[in-house]
Formats: sequence, structure tokens, C-alpha cells
Amino acid sequence: MIAEVGRFALILAFMISVSQAILPLIGAYRNDRRLMSFADAAAQAQFFFVAVAFACLVYCFVTSDYSVEVVAANSNARMPLLYRVTGTWGNHEGSMLLWSFILALFGATIGTFGKAIPNRLRARVLSVQGIIGLGFLAFILFTSNPFARLFPAPIEGNGLNPLLEDPGLAFHPPFLYLGYVGFSTAFSFAAAALIEGGAGAAWARYARPWILAAWILLTVGICGGSIWAYYELGWGGWWGWDPVENASLMPWLLGTALLHCALVVERRQAFIRWTLLLGVMTFTMSLVGTFVVRSGVLSSVHAFALDPARGVFILGLIVVATGGSLALYAIRSSKLPIGEPFGLVSRETSLLLNNVLIVSAMATVFVGTFYPLFIDLIGRDKISVGPPFYALTFVPIAIPILVVMVVGPFLKWRQDRLASALRETRPALIAAVLTAVAILALSLGTQIPAALGLGLAAWIAVGSLQILFRRIRLGRVAFSESVRLAFALPRSTYGVVAAHLGIGLLVAGITGSVFWKEELVLAMKPGQVTQFAGYKIEMLKAEVGQTDDYEFQRGFFSAAMGEDRSPILLIPELRFYPGRQSETTEASIRSGPIANLYMNMGEQNGETWPVHLFYHPLVVWIWIGAFFMALGGALSWSNGRLRSLARAPASAKIAAAE
Amino acid sequence: MKRIAVFIPLAIFAGFAVALWLGLSNDPTHIPSVLIDKPMPPFELAPVVPGQRGLSHADLKGRVSLVNVFGSWCGVCTEEHPTLMKLAANRTIAIYGIDWKDTPADGAKWLAEHGDPYIRVGNDETGRTALDLGVTGAPETFVVDRNGKVRYKQIGAITDTVWHDTLAPLVAKLEAER
Repeated sequence: MIAEVGRFALILAFMISVSQAILPLIGAYRNDRRLMSFADAAAQAQFFFVAVAFACLVYCFVTSDYSVEVVAANSNARMPLLYRVTGTWGNHEGSMLLWSFILALFGATIGTFGKAIPNRLRARVLSVQGIIGLGFLAFILFTSNPFARLFPAPIEGNGLNPLLEDPGLAFHPPFLYLGYVGFSTAFSFAAAALIEGGAGAAWARYARPWILAAWILLTVGICGGSIWAYYELGWGGWWGWDPVENASLMPWLLGTALLHCALVVERRQAFIRWTLLLGVMTFTMSLVGTFVVRSGVLSSVHAFALDPARGVFILGLIVVATGGSLALYAIRSSKLPIGEPFGLVSRETSLLLNNVLIVSAMATVFVGTFYPLFIDLIGRDKISVGPPFYALTFVPIAIPILVVMVVGPFLKWRQDRLASALRETRPALIAAVLTAVAILALSLGTQIPAALGLGLAAWIAVGSLQILFRRIRLGRVAFSESVRLAFALPRSTYGVVAAHLGIGLLVAGITGSVFWKEELVLAMKPGQVTQFAGYKIEMLKAEVGQTDDYEFQRGFFSAAMGEDRSPILLIPELRFYPGRQSETTEASIRSGPIANLYMNMGEQNGETWPVHLFYHPLVVWIWIGAFFMALGGALSWSNGRLRSLARAPASAKIAAAE
Repeated sequence: MKRIAVFIPLAIFAGFAVALWLGLSNDPTHIPSVLIDKPMPPFELAPVVPGQRGLSHADLKGRVSLVNVFGSWCGVCTEEHPTLMKLAANRTIAIYGIDWKDTPADGAKWLAEHGDPYIRVGNDETGRTALDLGVTGAPETFVVDRNGKVRYKQIGAITDTVWHDTLAPLVAKLEAER
């Protein structure tokens, strides 16, 4: 019964999306207020019905209604409540419904909180959101019905893939989707501007809060996925250049570029065409990511639904959405204003450089991800592209970005002198050189890559703080005056500082975990002691047992650094899920600011257990860095939102004058 | 010139979309074998079960046979095994086994546990022979004709469906060949 309610709600949402796609567009063309304002109500109604459908599916999962096919295939009443809820999106049908739910959510927020946006622009934006929603609801209804019934209903459900049975999964995909799908707003604003044939400072101010929100959520999502991979997959890696990871990195990189060039549109009304193109491309990458995961074009650990028919449908959606808006771009872009000229050394140039480099970096990820596909098409062997490829292509492009990002914020708009910007970055340069020299001296010149990496991290971190120090005139005026200035600074300045500082922390984390990593594999039995990375590690005992859900082998180890320090306890576990006939490893991790001690245990072999030890210096700073980036985005978002609301009357005047 | 330039993004995207579309019709599990219609490369493998004979390429001449690559570590092989046992019990076709990347002890234990459908089993602990055969994973099965030539490679498990729809007609055809 509940499943039928869900299906009915989906059909209603589909029909609403049809009218949301068409009517406001006509309204905006004929300047018909009633048709335009229909967009807001339609977006809210669409959200309501998709939310009802989603709630119905969650209900089916929670109550373990095995007569619903996806529940029987992916859930089990013995699973804890949390995993019965998260199991809703741990499968193809449910994850596509979550996708549509989030799309509708973004549409509804524009319809509800975007009243400051001029009616005509808002109607067109929501109409484009409606077109995307229409495509995905059709996809669900015609190829991936989550409410399909199974007759006769099985007595026992299959259970969730145990790799996915983890708290990380509860939060990682929703955040990832919030980011991915949130970029639909970038697309809709860009497409609406192309339909309208104009965009300017006001357009950037309206679009930016939504793009920024999507970027923050995607940052959190990618970071969460990385943490999940680190402790659940059991090989101690935080990034694998897997096609699906790349599929989330590509929209993130383009979204980052988009945020920076939207700033230029807002301040200088330049780069308008490029910004619109980026808006289209960013969401295209989200769609391509969905396509990669759902079609099986590239096989990957993440691809849990291999179905070419679904792939064709999503490809069709991409062709209509991206092809359509690029065609619109080709027709309309000549009408868009060019913007104000700027000098060779200026903030504009630095942001242009930032964009060119980020897009190039994205292109290397793109090539690496799709190279196997293209090679396959030419008919050569199946190949896969691994980390060495990215070390040779992505890293050399990322380094200039990291160097330039410190100088850019000190450049003035329109025209500046490089010497004056470099003078501001002198403390950063000193910090970088000191860090690099200190590491070289301590390692007797053996750690050149690590010295360069941490030097770069210091350059970025100090350079980012310098933005703040300069704004509060630290050291140039009395300290109390600096404190007063610090309170008066807009939150967006703190946002820039935090986000850039986050990049510096990220670089430090990557450098430490890549160049100073240690690893040891050995067989241990209770009572045995070994030395690893300065720790004395002893196996205390092993335990074998089972819970409702799985059977386990559990090892107890003590790790002590030095004689006087109290030892820490490590309890790695190997789980076997009889329902799925599959195994997972639960690594035991001792996390700290200096390094992580990471331990895994394999299956008992006679008297001994195989043990895999990792030592990962600075690795936590990767995720702390990502947190700072998201925090920076959030600070900037709270500031920008208030500002755009405050200026609403002024923009209403502009709209009235048109 | 400028009028053409605005179409560049659209053109690039069109090329990419076509590539993706072609990629969809490309079966990711289809890996052609270089050995098709070529003789089995020479190999001599030691036995898995002590006291029995090992497997050599020369054993494969004279009748149509299956050469099944398996391992005691391979979960899908265990799923495939009942089908092979049925074929052997009904004397439908001669089946040879290559125990791949496995110690003879583990292989023998596995055969004792699940049954032995093979006429002869060779142990390829180092994986050297499998490399010559171009094995990409287990289970994998070669259909060999009476002249000892490889005629087909089945990647993945032989299920009842695979046997009836794909392999049985092929074997019948090969047996009809003179």
C-alpha cells in the first residue's frame, strides 16, 4: 500500500515537473506575472511529492517490506535501524530517488528563499530546474522503479552490501549528492541567462549563494568519502583515482573555478561568457559522474548497477541538457557583454590564470578517467590509468595553482604592480624557505620532495593568514585597533582566509602521508612483540565470535611509544557476513595530529594471524584542510546571503526600470 | 572566425557524447582471446593430488574437451563447480583442470571437499602457464578441439544456461568436424 502511494506521488511529481518546465518559460517570454509566479508553487509542490515518495521508500526499508523488490534485494530486518534507513540509497533505484529528491529540494529553496531574484530570471531558472527534474523522474519511472513489487515475497531479505554498512555511508552519499545535484543551480542560472540573453553583476550575486552552497556540500561529501575509504576499505588509502572518485572531483574543480570567476562577474562584469560556460560544464560533470556510476561504461568498485539501458537514458539526458545549452551558448553568446578591460598584472589576470589552471587540472583527471574508454574504442587492450599518471599530469598543474593562489588575493583589480603584491607575500616566502631548509637539514638532504611539499604548504598557510593580517593592519597600527578591525571585517574575508588555509593544510597532509608513509606485513600470534615506526607492538589475544549480523575474528594489540608512555589498545577486526557471503575488514586506527597508526588483521592461519601495519604521518590534516575549506565556504555564504538580501530593494528597482 | 568559435564547445561535447555512446555498446566483460584458432601453447604441469598424473598440452589432443582454470581461493569457482560435476557425471564432455595460483595442498583439499570432475588436473602455482594462455581471471574455460586447438574461451562461470546456450552447440559442432 505504502509503495503504491510512493509510486503515485512520483507520477504526480512527474506531471508537475512537466508544467514547471513549460509554463514559467512562456510566462517569462510573454511577461505574464501569473505564469511566472506559477514556477515557485510548482517547485514547492514537486518537492513535496518527491519527498512523499522518498519517505514511502524509507518506510518500506525500515519496516523491511520484502514484497518491494529493492528492499528484498538490499535490506534485511536483522540490520540495525540506521542501516535500514541508509540502505534506502545503498542501491541504484533508491539512490536515483535521492538524486531527484535533492534536485527538487534545491528547486524549492529557490522558489521559497529566492524572492530577491527578479521574477523573470527566477521563472526561467526554475523552468530549467523543472526540465532536469522531468528527465530524472522519467528515468526513475520508466527504467528504475523503486516501488516494483515482488511476488511471492521472499521470507528473508538479501541484506546490504557490508562494505556499505557503515556510519560513513549514512552521511557520505547524501552530502555528495547535495553537492553534485546542487550544481544544477549553476546550470539553471547559466541556462536562464543564455535564454534571457544577458548576465551581469546582479546575476552573479543571485547565482553565487546557491553555487557556493553546492560547493560546500560537495567538499564535505568528497571529504567524507575519503575518510570512509580510509577506514573501511582496509588498505589505508584516502584517494585512489578511481573513476567514481574522479567523477566527484571534476565537478568540484570546475565549481571551484566557477566560484572564482563569478567573483569577477560580480565585481568587474568581465568573464561573463566564460562563467556561463563553466556553469554549464560544472553540472555536466555532475551528470557525467552519475552516468559513469550508473552505466558501467567504466568498471569500478563503486559501480553497483551495471545496466546499459539506464546508461543510454542518462546519456540522452546529458545530450539534451548540455547539448541544448551549448547550442544556446553558440547562438546567444555574441549578444553578451565583453566586460571592462584589465591590465596584465591585475586581480583579473590572477583569477583568469586560476581558472585556466584549474580547468587544465580537471582536463587531466578527465583524460585519465576516460582514457581507458577511448583506448577500448580504438580496439586496443583494456587498460586502466593509475596514480603514476596523475602524479605526472595533475600534480605539475596543481603546483602552479598553489603558488599563484597566494599572490592573487594581494593584487588590485584592473591594474597593479607585481612587486607590491610580492612584498606582501614576503612572510609566506620566508616561512616556506625556512620549512624546506629545516626538513632538508634534519634529514641530511635526503627528503627533497617532502621538503618542497611542506615548504609549499607553509607558503600557502602563511600567505592565507597574511590576507587577514593585512586587512587588520597587524603590526602597522596599535594592537587594540587591529582587534577592532578584525571584528569589523566581513565574514567573506574570513571565508577566503579559511578556505585558502585549508588548501595549505591539505598539501601538508598529502605530503606527509605520501612521502613518510611506513608499512609492515607480518604474521603474529598472542604474546608476540614487534617493533614498528617507533612503536613496540604486542599481540595480547584474539577472539572469535558472532553477532546477529556477522561472524568476527578480533585481535587485541597494545602499541607503546617508549617505555614511560602508557600503551594504547588496537582492536582490528575481520567480519564475515553470512547473508551476503562476503567479508570486510574493520581497521583499528589510532589517530593523532602527528601521525596515524593503522592496523588490519586477516584470517587466522594455524596459530598466527596476518597483520598489516601502516604509519601515516600528518594524514589527518588532509581532512582538517577539507573541513577548513568547507568552513571558509560557509562563512562566505552566510555573508553573501545577507548581502544579497540587503540589496534586494535596489535590484528590484533595476528590474522595475527594465 | 568568431562565429565559428562559439560552436567549439558544442563540437567538443558532441564528440565526447558519441564516444560515450559507443562506450555503452562496448561490453566490459568481452575480452578477446589471442589464442582462438591457435594450438594450445606447450605446457607440462605437476599434479595437484599426489600420486595422480599432471596435465600437459599433449593430453588435449584426440577429443573435444574443456580446460577449466580454477583455484581453491576463487569463490565463483565453487559456484560453478556443481555444473562441471554434472557434466562429468553424465560423461557429457572431457574436462581438464588447471589449478591456478594455488598450492597443491589447498587445491587437493578443495577437490576432496567439492568433488573432482576433472580427468586430469595440473597445478600452476606460479601462474606461468596461465600467463601463456592469456588467463584474465578465474574461472575461465577453454574449449579445445580434437586437434588440440583453442576454439573458444568462456570468461566467468559456466552456468547451466551458459552450457546449454553457448557451449553445448559449439561442442556438438566441433565433434561433428573431421
